[in-house]
Amino acid sequence: MAKTILYRGAEAEIRLAKHMNHQVVQKKRIKKTYRIKNIDDKLISYRTREEAKLMTEARLYGVSIPIIYDVDLSNGVITMEYLKGKRIKDILNKISEKERKRICNKIGESIARFHNNNIIHGDITTSNMILMDDRIHFIDFGLGEKNSEIESKGVDLHVLMEAIESTHSKYSNCFKYVLDGYRKEYKGNPEHVINKIDEIVKRGRYR
Amino acid sequence: MISLGVEGTAHTISIGIVEDIRGKCNVLSNIIKIYRPEKGGIHPREAANHHANYVADLIKESIEKSGINFRDIDIISFSKGPGLGPCLRTAATAARALSLSLDKPIIGVNHCVAHLEIGRGTLYGCKDPVLLYTSGANTQVIAFAEGKYRVFGETLDIGIGNCLDKFGRTLGLDFPCGPKIEELAKNGKQYLDLPYSIKGMDIAFSGLLTAAEQYYKNGKKVEDICYSIQETTFAALTEITERAMAHTDKYEVLLGGGVAANKRLQDMVSTMARERGAHFFAPSKDLCIDNGAMIAWLGLLMYKSGIRMNIEETGIDQYFRTDMVDVSWRG
Repeated sequence: MAKTILYRGAEAEIRLAKHMNHQVVQKKRIKKTYRIKNIDDKLISYRTREEAKLMTEARLYGVSIPIIYDVDLSNGVITMEYLKGKRIKDILNKISEKERKRICNKIGESIARFHNNNIIHGDITTSNMILMDDRIHFIDFGLGEKNSEIESKGVDLHVLMEAIESTHSKYSNCFKYVLDGYRKEYKGNPEHVINKIDEIVKRGRYR
Repeated sequence: MISLGVEGTAHTISIGIVEDIRGKCNVLSNIIKIYRPEKGGIHPREAANHHANYVADLIKESIEKSGINFRDIDIISFSKGPGLGPCLRTAATAARALSLSLDKPIIGVNHCVAHLEIGRGTLYGCKDPVLLYTSGANTQVIAFAEGKYRVFGETLDIGIGNCLDKFGRTLGLDFPCGPKIEELAKNGKQYLDLPYSIKGMDIAFSGLLTAAEQYYKNGKKVEDICYSIQETTFAALTEITERAMAHTDKYEVLLGGGVAANKRLQDMVSTMARERGAHFFAPSKDLCIDNGAMIAWLGLLMYKSGIRMNIEETGIDQYFRTDMVDVSWRG
């Protein structure tokens, strides 16, 4: 059947498709002719595998993600559940302060859950979260990794802070609510991670 | 308006003279002298001595080549940073001496921004590019966003040129090693696995360098190693450039820095651009490497936008960051 492209990024295409009579989403990593086949094949299969692994693992720890139906390493395709929800990016500026606080708490709790298990998302922005059935679903673990360092967790949260400041600048107190949720759920000392964020900001350049 | 620029951030001392023709840059002369150490890497003090020895001759040569007189010059600009302290101070001293003796205004400019502006100034159609700036010490992806040139990605350890030079030195090649590695790579046939290290839009080379040196110690063919180094590092550079283009929604890509002279890197980036429906730009080699013309041109742009500097404000800044510059000359 015809496939509709929902989004085209630098690395992958997101498209709608049918899989065993289900409406699904396929994330396909695009072959790049500028690099030799050897490197291209290796990168595409490695990244597809890592992303699927991180998502599955995050789900084990109670983080909502789209359910993965199929992983095709040689073609670099992950077939997953089509979430008929709303992107947090699109709703956060439109809801009541009370609701915003509640949602942001939940976001913080979810991030703490994967950080507790040393999963770094790598690109936590409000476009990479979908609200469905009152749960925050995380997508796009393409830049993620397993890493236990406080630094990496700090960087992970710093990315979200910047995204909130740029996209939801009127409601930048949101990030405080995220941190409240994070504090509640994080197993180690959350202040170590949160202090890292300040340190990263002070460095001026953040990496 | 005519501007004379003094470049001296690292191994190169250069004097360029440019004029402004309806907003485009016309290069009148661009004399370049590169310090080449007898062996090993660049020693900042020795490089600075080299620059001090040659700068006066280069100024004369540049004026002769351009066909103008000293009195035709409207402003003097120089590389304020980033770079090696002793080299920067030598170039700045030459610029101050010229400014005082000719009684012309002086402007200190950011070297990385100059690499980008010379592309915009000399290449037709190059208006709002993402710059992939690859040289010895610098490896950055730069683009204009919200009033400044911002660094979207950069090396987390060493510059790509540094990486090539260090490996070249293992082989016993002379500085700069990039062009020789490019030649050797042409005869490489077998790809040897090397670490490919990208973090978001940032990049790292030190792990790859170690792995390449191991291959050499274990007797792998030099041509194959050079080929594998180029294919891996350039693919990674192209990838972070593409990410920055997607992120900033820009459809022009510009190369700059010494490593940009490499044909294979040019191939990869232009292929990427074509597949994205974007335009690819690379300045001529003399405007790609460190040069005085780009410094002259950026000084001219800044002066025209109303920026003035007192001689007291012309101190150098070894750590002058790209995003510290207020880009008043772009709307």
